[in-house]
Amino acid sequence: MRFLFKTDYNQDINLFPDNVARFWYGLLMVALIAAPFVLENFWLGEISYVLILAVVGIGLMLLVGYTGQVSLGHAAFLGIGAYTHAVLLKLGVPFVISVPAATLLSAFIGAVIGFPALRLTGIYLAIATLAFAFIIEQILIRWEDVTGGFAGFPVPRPEAFGVAITDDVPFYYLCLGATVLAVLVALNLLRTPTGRAFIAIRDSEIAAQSMGVNLARYKTLAFAISAGFTGFGGTLFAHKIGYLAPDAFNILLSIQLLLMVVVGGLGSIHGAIYGAIFVGALPQMIAILRDYLPENIARQPGLEPGLFGVILVFFILFEPLGIYGRWLKVKLYFSLFPLYKKATFKRQKTYTKSERFR
Amino acid sequence: MTLFQADNIAINFGGIKAVDGVSFAINKGEVFTIIGPNGAGKTTVFNLISRIYNPTEGRLIFEGRDITSVPPHQIAGMGIARTFQNIELFEHATVLQNLLLGRHAHRGTKPWWEMVFAPHVRKSELAHREKAEHVIDFLDLQHYRDTLIVNLPYGARKVVELARALCSEPKLLLLDEPSSGLNTEETEDMAWWIQDIKNELGITVLMVEHDMSLVNEVSDRVLALNYGRVLAQGTPSEVQSHPEVVKAYLGG
Repeated sequence: MRFLFKTDYNQDINLFPDNVARFWYGLLMVALIAAPFVLENFWLGEISYVLILAVVGIGLMLLVGYTGQVSLGHAAFLGIGAYTHAVLLKLGVPFVISVPAATLLSAFIGAVIGFPALRLTGIYLAIATLAFAFIIEQILIRWEDVTGGFAGFPVPRPEAFGVAITDDVPFYYLCLGATVLAVLVALNLLRTPTGRAFIAIRDSEIAAQSMGVNLARYKTLAFAISAGFTGFGGTLFAHKIGYLAPDAFNILLSIQLLLMVVVGGLGSIHGAIYGAIFVGALPQMIAILRDYLPENIARQPGLEPGLFGVILVFFILFEPLGIYGRWLKVKLYFSLFPLYKKATFKRQKTYTKSERFR
Repeated sequence: MTLFQADNIAINFGGIKAVDGVSFAINKGEVFTIIGPNGAGKTTVFNLISRIYNPTEGRLIFEGRDITSVPPHQIAGMGIARTFQNIELFEHATVLQNLLLGRHAHRGTKPWWEMVFAPHVRKSELAHREKAEHVIDFLDLQHYRDTLIVNLPYGARKVVELARALCSEPKLLLLDEPSSGLNTEETEDMAWWIQDIKNELGITVLMVEHDMSLVNEVSDRVLALNYGRVLAQGTPSEVQSHPEVVKAYLGG
């Protein structure tokens, strides 16, 4: 077991606690940068998809995992980002402008959707955001002049800095850069007063208020930032699917996104990434699984959403901290070997909490 | 010199008058204790001062300023911090994060600069950390610095909550039953700390407390409430021997 001696406050503020962490994350980065030279384009495409999901996952994690506000409407923000970006591209707006524009529009609409969150909590907020997602889906269907209605439209393939960015390799690097940017912004927020205010709202609104956290302001901000991340992910998602139609942004996608943060592990950025890998890989695994299942089960159209639901239920029951929580346990097991106690992570009794002001 | 004044405050919940025309004044630098039987309205007075409830009548005056209609999140910035009867810590955050949240009222950085972690954000974080470290030293919390609250024993949580309130550098500190659930030894520590807070940090303390030995040890003045009304006010011994107070506690 390693002991980390702290001699400077900066050690708690820096992104990496020590050189060991710096080495491993550096190695991961090198591997990701080198991937196009080693992997086939199919796998690059799969990794790009996971990276896009990771951007969205980090945004949703800030809202659900850190601020404690549930959203079943994030597919709508993804849709807003994707459509805004694609429509602007169609109008001839350059790529480097349409991406921030789509991000900002998503963030703005997110802030507006944040207002119901000031009065609603838990399941009621989930229903409100779900309703919002349906409204956006209907707008995408009805506003035919702009969105092309049910039929949709193909996403333009723009060039930036003289490179066709939708080609496999440039697109992969674009997604990688976007993910690194998203991780950095999220981590920066979380080590400063804004991120701590989010955590405070999640754990005790009444105490947060007494410490000077303006609930209305920070809940709105959390929704705006989360929607901004999701819209940003949406701009890349548009290129990934290549053709925009309203049914790409339905309730099932919202649930998948929520599944991602819950399975990954609520309350950690690692969790968002693990969840993205899981959700990105799951359809492939299900496709492989189909070959081994009896004909009448494998052909069921509900197989995929059904499995998603079952997995979500099992994670909430048996590993509420998700994949990241499991990873922490495995890590501790080896660092304490052979002294690990089975009861280390037994859920402790929580002390009586005042529910009076909820 | 008067630091805080409650002027004839009252609040009704439906037909129940939880607090009914209570007036008192707290002098700068004293420990002022509110006692009373269960349901007397002590915590309601606290919630009125920290602006969680709106009084139906009366005025709250802090440093000569009327704070009756100030929103609750601005109270900490004005210099009033509080603890809660049933511990309201941020449970899935570390002790250090909880203390830094105590500094929230003094934040000086904007979210967009925080997103890029501009140099001045790091500087302000270091300054906040240093203030939090002073409080950690003051209350001997070094050992728990990086522990999650969920993993802390009850007694330590009480101290962390006190520490979080101190981090906001209050002028008036509201302690809602600081000794409830603590053992004798921990209660003695708490009495020492309250005296240190008064003498060394010069913070005025308003406290709700049931443990009469703690009340006698630290309070300068005591106010007794029952059914939302003031029964008696004065030094601890005066209030305890007041016939109305004896009647409220012992029946008669």
